[in-house]
Amino acid sequence: MQLPLFPEQASTISTEVDHLLYFLVAVSVFFTLLIFLAIFYFAIKYRRRSENEIPEHVHTGLTLEIVWTVIPFGLTMIMFTWGASIFFKESRPPDDSMQIYVVGKQWMWKLQHMEGQREINELHIPVGRPVRLTMTSEDVIHSFFVPAFRTKQDVVPGRYTTTWFEATKPGKYHLFCAEYCGTNHSGMIGWVYAMEPQDYQQWLSGAPKGTLSQAGAKLFEDLACSNCHKPDGSGRCPSLVGVFGSTVKLAGGGTVKADEAYIRESILSPAAKVVSGYEPLMPTFQGQVTEEGVVDLIAYIKTLAEKPAEQPSQPGIAASAASTATNR
Amino acid sequence: MTTAVLQERTHYLNNGYGLKSWLLTKDHKRIAVLYFITISIFFALGGVFASLIRLELVTPAGDLVSSETYNKLFTMHGVIMVFFFLIPSVPATMGNFFLPMMIGARDLAFPKINLLSWYLLIAGGGFAIFAMMAGGVDTGWTFYTPYSTTYSNTYVIATALGIFIAGFSSILTGLNFIVTVHRMRAPGMTWFKMPLFVWANYATGVIQVLGTPVIAVTLVLVFCERVFHIGIFDPALGGDPVLFQHLFWFYSHPAVYIMVLPAMGVISELVSTFSRKPIFGYPFVAFSSVAIAVIGFLVWGHHLFVSGQSLYAGLVFSFLSYFVAIPSAIKVFNWTATLYKGSISYATPMLYAFGFIGLFTIGGLTGLFVAALGIDVHVTDTYFVIAHFHYVMVGGTVMAYLGGVHYWWPKMTGRMYPEGWAKLSALFIFVGFNLTFFPQFILGYLGMPRRYHAYPPEFQVLHVASTAGATVLAVGYILPAIYLAWSLRYGPVAGSNPWGATGLEWATPSPPPTHNFDRIPVVTHEAYDYTAVPQEVEVV
Repeated sequence: MQLPLFPEQASTISTEVDHLLYFLVAVSVFFTLLIFLAIFYFAIKYRRRSENEIPEHVHTGLTLEIVWTVIPFGLTMIMFTWGASIFFKESRPPDDSMQIYVVGKQWMWKLQHMEGQREINELHIPVGRPVRLTMTSEDVIHSFFVPAFRTKQDVVPGRYTTTWFEATKPGKYHLFCAEYCGTNHSGMIGWVYAMEPQDYQQWLSGAPKGTLSQAGAKLFEDLACSNCHKPDGSGRCPSLVGVFGSTVKLAGGGTVKADEAYIRESILSPAAKVVSGYEPLMPTFQGQVTEEGVVDLIAYIKTLAEKPAEQPSQPGIAASAASTATNR
Repeated sequence: MTTAVLQERTHYLNNGYGLKSWLLTKDHKRIAVLYFITISIFFALGGVFASLIRLELVTPAGDLVSSETYNKLFTMHGVIMVFFFLIPSVPATMGNFFLPMMIGARDLAFPKINLLSWYLLIAGGGFAIFAMMAGGVDTGWTFYTPYSTTYSNTYVIATALGIFIAGFSSILTGLNFIVTVHRMRAPGMTWFKMPLFVWANYATGVIQVLGTPVIAVTLVLVFCERVFHIGIFDPALGGDPVLFQHLFWFYSHPAVYIMVLPAMGVISELVSTFSRKPIFGYPFVAFSSVAIAVIGFLVWGHHLFVSGQSLYAGLVFSFLSYFVAIPSAIKVFNWTATLYKGSISYATPMLYAFGFIGLFTIGGLTGLFVAALGIDVHVTDTYFVIAHFHYVMVGGTVMAYLGGVHYWWPKMTGRMYPEGWAKLSALFIFVGFNLTFFPQFILGYLGMPRRYHAYPPEFQVLHVASTAGATVLAVGYILPAIYLAWSLRYGPVAGSNPWGATGLEWATPSPPPTHNFDRIPVVTHEAYDYTAVPQEVEVV
């Protein structure tokens, strides 16, 4: 019979979260005992001894009121600061994180590695390396929850949310959907496999059909994006070379950072933010491209910014260049 | 006094017997009784749903009921318990009955509106029950979008309409209390002579009036999107699903205080009466109710720490959530200090008060866990949260509710409940409650998500413990239903003031006459002055 009482600690943040938990438990036990023992002690010592007794009057002490207001307040501010500092770390993925895309749908997790591996309800990751998840949903709100990592983030349709973790020991850990998502909510579960880096490399080499950016490059052609978004900027729409991560000037003033959310929005609602100097000509691709397809396109557009030295004249060449780079 | 005497005197219960004399009554006490019967039925119904949930969770596989049914069970358990039991619980029954009496009034300010509010609860409950009979609803009591607006194929509209209508019942009760406290206090009954139960219900009234319209609007928006496909929450229609969460919790977090503030008011009465002491730090306890009502409106975002709201919003809401914890702590310390040098009786209502203080302390302290951003990321949407709010809502509110029912039972019915049985059931409830919900803290930290029909096998032992506890708890709840009904006919006749309590309600005969006071009292003493306990009232 299994009776675990404490979850495994398998990420860098998990020990920090648990240290705060220990502090909170200690404070809680102290105050619970204080109240319980005081009640027991008073209830016995001052039990009613005759039906008509009227106890003497005790005056309210202002000092006491201040003491038991200020001390708990001080303690809660420690809790707040401590909890917030962990949250800051949880919310900000390190710059060198490896990227994985997650699409949730009723009732499965679809996970895509940059190298092209696509998994369902399973996620393979290396230990010792921060992993950043960029997530969206095809239908309702889900929530990506790995208890051993103390990580949870809602996965919201219509937008990207991100989270990250760094596994510290190899193993197999529960992946749960934590936001109620309909009939088979409790079946929307899976496993995270944290692997030694060399095992992970071996796993990666297990026959990927092409990287995400290659898939994106193909989609870029198939959807005829390349007709207008020409690499040299001669098309009717802006060149996408070097766009990702840059600051884009918008028509009507203002700027936007070209991140994943912006690229996604520009594909699905092109009229929302039009680049300065261009007409709002682009049709929406809502309904023509899946969330996974959008992820592929983003991966491709990212590569256009990553390798300015090898700027290709055609998307197809970019894809083959990328494939040579990853086919080890 | 004998049974015969009880029947000779005209009081609110024998002042008319026909159905019409009840259904068209404007007497706040009769309306309180109507509410009492109504919400007892809802409590039993919600309890049946809870029992089925706990039975299903005995085994890791989803084998007792289907996933569809399980999802409907936890949804209807939540909807019934929150909107049709906990929110009306203390205010609509004991508040209705005793708030006017405690301030020396003959009724609430708007007796007809008071009756209307009961009919609204019945109408709302009717829609909710219709939805259940027709096939149920499976969105969770939180109705998160876009699941509730686009994806669920169940009776969302009927249920939402039921909650919408019941909301007006709550608004009208709150409004009635606010006006009554402002306008109908007896001569000499200044604000700081009012019993703390009145303060608590007054603060609750403010939340009811200000908060409830927001949930009404939110449900109308859900209706518009579900029926007319107007894009408000569903991103496929151009809406924002997280907007719903902001609107929902803007009401539903203050609603937690609608549920617990009146319960705290009950505890103040019990602790004072059964230790024969004025409440230590009366003004601090009174103002802490008001503080909770105000700050309670500023913390809703702590339900959204992992929803994708901004990092800084998370910081602000975490910070403010710690603020709202302090007034609750102040109350607990003051209740405990009241016992010091008191004359402490172990009568059943006091046992419930002890139970409340203990369980609410644990519920409140675990609130500090979920307010800590780093911890909440891990425990939100797990059984940790389930355990936390059941410690507050059941360990807190329901304990206080039952304590209050036992305390005022002799006043409401003229008869005493059987003390031995009552103590036994209080013990069952305390033990059963802890056995049910304490293991859920551990389950939650282990990572067991809420609303799971099936679960990994390593969680089974704790789930079985929880279900075992629920069985004990169920016995504890069934016992009072039996012995209280028994006492209506066979209980010893209570005098007008069996506890030696100080409130003006004890200065009337038991049960009170329809007009409460033959002569409106003039208040000269402070609240909880045990040198001036109302004497036994001579029955003419």
